[in-house]
Amino acid sequence: MPTVELTFSPLAAHVRTARLVATAVARRAGVEDALLDEVRLAVGEACSRAVALHARYAPDTPVEVCLTDEPDEFTVVVIDRVGDSGDELAGGLSSIDPMDLVSPDSEPGPLPSGFGLAVVTSLVDDAEVERTTTGTTVTLRWKAPATGLAS
Amino acid sequence: MDLSLATKDEGDITVVEVGGEIDVYTAPKLREQLIELVSNGRYQLVVDMESVDFLDSTGLGVLVGGLKRVRAHDGSLRLVCTQERILKIFRITGLTKVFPIHASVDEALTATD
Repeated sequence: MPTVELTFSPLAAHVRTARLVATAVARRAGVEDALLDEVRLAVGEACSRAVALHARYAPDTPVEVCLTDEPDEFTVVVIDRVGDSGDELAGGLSSIDPMDLVSPDSEPGPLPSGFGLAVVTSLVDDAEVERTTTGTTVTLRWKAPATGLAS
Repeated sequence: MDLSLATKDEGDITVVEVGGEIDVYTAPKLREQLIELVSNGRYQLVVDMESVDFLDSTGLGVLVGGLKRVRAHDGSLRLVCTQERILKIFRITGLTKVFPIHASVDEALTATD
């Protein structure tokens, strides 16, 4: 059972709340201080993506975040309920030439679809993205330091 | 923490001082600021990010959009940032190749490359 569960309406303003809660629980779980910025960014990216999808396709359905403090690791699971989101960036960030992003031929606007999730998987060593017909589950894990997590 | 924005002109260059968190909620405010500057003919921009506490890919997208807009007028968009937590996302996305990143506003103002 998760240590903390969050469900929130798909509003951009709530992503910050999710980041704050995730960082606070991670700190309490004993995640190293040096990794807290990584937790904050990765959870923010995963929640931003979920909120954008829900806002477009499932505005009445909340986004779910489960934070679990286990003896040897801290786990964050971000769940959206939008199937076939089609935002997979094949090849991840390495498939993008940064110079193309600022090419005069491209219109000013958002980065390519899937960019945020590609940041997550580049940032977090243990990140898993599971896509099903009913939605996507993004699981992020951080190992406990050698001394173990705080109780 | 919300986003704070302030601008000051240094000759042809406009320095945009950004503070707080640039994320999916606040990034539109920065986007509007950059669009307004370009609309007013300010094409040489320095974005001072020393007081930015958080930046995600939505914020990066706004900066990339701003860079494209000023380049369309032969302008430039330079960043000032020394915080490792912010620099990290530029590095992992390869965007250090497209943004000149400086250690101080003075350095950005006098840069010629």
